[in-house]
Amino acid sequence: MNLEVREVVGHLADGVEYTFWTFGGTVPGSFIRIREGDVVEFHLNNHPSSKLPHNIDLHGVTGPGGGAASTFTAPGHSSQFTFQALNPGLFVYHCATAPVPMHIGNGMYGMILVEPKDGLPKVDKEYYVMQGEFYTTGKYGEEGMQSFDMAKAIDERPPYIVFNGAVGSLVGDKALGAKVGETVRIYFGVGGPNMTSSFHVIGEIFDKVYPEAGLSLANHNLQTTLVPAGGACVVEFKVDVPGTFVLVDHSLTRAFNKGALGMLKVTGAANRVIYSGKEIDAIYLGAQADAGSDSAKREAELKAKIAAEIKSNPAIAGLTKEMQIEKGKQVYMGLCFACHQPDGNGLPNIFPPLAKSDFLLADRDRAVRIVLKGLVGPLTVNGKKFDSAMPPQEAALTDQQVADVLTYIFNTWGNSGEAFTTDQVKAIRNQTH
Amino acid sequence: MSFRMPIVRCGLTALALASAVKVLAEDTAALRLIPAGTYEPLLRSSQDPARIPVAAFLLDERPVTNADFLAFVTANPKWRRSLVSRLFADTSYLQHWSADLEPGPAAPLRAPVVQVSWFAARAYARWAGKRLPTTAEWELAAAAGYDRPDGRNDAALKRDLYAWLARPVPAVFADATSLRPDFHGIRGLHGLVWEWVDDFNTAMVTGESRADTTLDRNLFCGAGSAGASDTTDYAAFMRAALRASLKADNTTTSLGFRCARDTAPLNAFP
Ligand code: HEC
Ligand SMILES: [Cu+2]
Repeated sequence: MNLEVREVVGHLADGVEYTFWTFGGTVPGSFIRIREGDVVEFHLNNHPSSKLPHNIDLHGVTGPGGGAASTFTAPGHSSQFTFQALNPGLFVYHCATAPVPMHIGNGMYGMILVEPKDGLPKVDKEYYVMQGEFYTTGKYGEEGMQSFDMAKAIDERPPYIVFNGAVGSLVGDKALGAKVGETVRIYFGVGGPNMTSSFHVIGEIFDKVYPEAGLSLANHNLQTTLVPAGGACVVEFKVDVPGTFVLVDHSLTRAFNKGALGMLKVTGAANRVIYSGKEIDAIYLGAQADAGSDSAKREAELKAKIAAEIKSNPAIAGLTKEMQIEKGKQVYMGLCFACHQPDGNGLPNIFPPLAKSDFLLADRDRAVRIVLKGLVGPLTVNGKKFDSAMPPQEAALTDQQVADVLTYIFNTWGNSGEAFTTDQVKAIRNQTH
Repeated sequence: MSFRMPIVRCGLTALALASAVKVLAEDTAALRLIPAGTYEPLLRSSQDPARIPVAAFLLDERPVTNADFLAFVTANPKWRRSLVSRLFADTSYLQHWSADLEPGPAAPLRAPVVQVSWFAARAYARWAGKRLPTTAEWELAAAAGYDRPDGRNDAALKRDLYAWLARPVPAVFADATSLRPDFHGIRGLHGLVWEWVDDFNTAMVTGESRADTTLDRNLFCGAGSAGASDTTDYAAFMRAALRASLKADNTTTSLGFRCARDTAPLNAFP
């Protein structure tokens, strides 16, 4: 078999670029599937455009360095070695060239499945997911081309901990899918270089876990399974009810702030006996957050000043709406999409649509107020009734971000409207509620 | 740029081009003095010294350019792409040049030459009356910062270096003189191309560095840092790994070289 090493520029998150070092052009690298006893002639080809030498250490290979010693390959060259797969299991492979943490930290890992002689039990869906961290110079979400930050790597302070090489690689239309009644198997591994994973699927219980990916012994009915860096596990579960099930590293700031979040969308008929859906909804609001700190206000004032300067220059002014839409998209994908959905269609009976929403488009000031102060109580959108609550966002968003996200939702999914300004937002933020 | 354009546009023959360039191009890089110092090898066995004294020497202010190398292959036909012995250069040798004596659009005359083997780099140096720097010399020179002799804490240099590492190899390289000079007035040691050193295959490990049985002395995995003096200098590991991966006939799209000379004038070459 052939595996090509390539250094490629790709997206680590919206607006964030990174040069990934890859096995086969993707993070994680190509999934290799062989059977116990197979004799494999392995070619590692290092693309001529590579800057660096690379090699491969396959944890499923018995021999010095798991092949690393025999596959150390200069840019534009190719190495060959042959191994026999002695032990069945799911194994991580990775580049083992010094400095190893950087090669793995740039994406050089993947998995090789050595199936037992008589194969694995049949399932309906199989998925391949790997967790890994990225040590970028910029903080989470900082736009532009990011480079590897050696100091953060040594201190083990990654701004990103993600599934399959990017924030959002398994959400929206890239989410995993299954139908009610199907059995799903996930080959889950951790490339690292440093962090372990508390792998969990919100709303599911793993029927079977092959802990640490040894395939001879399965555990049953587990919630969260610990996967070491440079290790793997195999989980299986039958999906009984429809809905979106969220894959996380249950060390939750990683899911919430660093990107370790994916989705499994299950379609099919509901089963009210297993899961009823929401039966009662009452409103409870604690104290709302203060309307921004002094420094946030000062920042907003300065931004308004800059905006005024820019507005007086017509050449720039034309570009600003487009830019606001782009930036607004990033706010939306960070903050709003979980409820209103990436396609802006919301979820029936719970989250109202923003796409072509008559309620939204009817009143621009009201839209600003909703984003800032939240919304409680019954309303009708496009003829459908909703009676729920949206949390206020004023503590989380600057005036600019509010203006951007509104400009985005007013100019996407078939909506159209003028750009929002920070002045508009500020005026409403300062109204007492 | 202006150097190359008229030549391409008038479509001069390779021969005319060669003679046109020959007038101004022998090896034209200026040499700068690197004062004596010590080099702490990144990787060493217990027998090797921790600090190696390095005598003062002269180092090219910039890497060897395509124009320099064109002058060299013009004067030495056996180093032309179509004539070179396969023992001394692999099949990618100067592959990005348009023809034997025509660097062409992918290899601007002022850009550093790449896709050259160690044998070719050495032959060039001898022809130019110079030599390749040793690993110790190269690393000593490269330890300087932009504005101070010891670059370890030069944040600007570190930032530029890691930003360069994060960028893929460009299709066409920038001018060899385009980078900011360092404390010694040398440009492009970091951030342009990798560079051959004379002892690329011996500085790090003795014997056969690529054998399966010497894993503990090689640059793999955790073992890569077992005997290292400074495990936090990732860029130094990358240079060491690159050198270790190479054979003397190898060429890569981002590997060039520059020359050095002893401070005392040389009267004979080995
Ligand atoms: C926690 C879930 C949640 C989040 C996050 C959220 N919303 Fe809402 N949003 C709701 C709910 C629920 C309603 C309806 C409230 C009601 O029933 O009174 C709503 C209503 C709205 C409405 C008016 C109704 C319509 O469909 O036109 C707008 C506009 C809106 N949200 C915009 C946003 C924007 C912009 C963001 C991101 C800054 C956001 N929302 C974040 C849950 C959310
Ligand atoms: Cu690598």
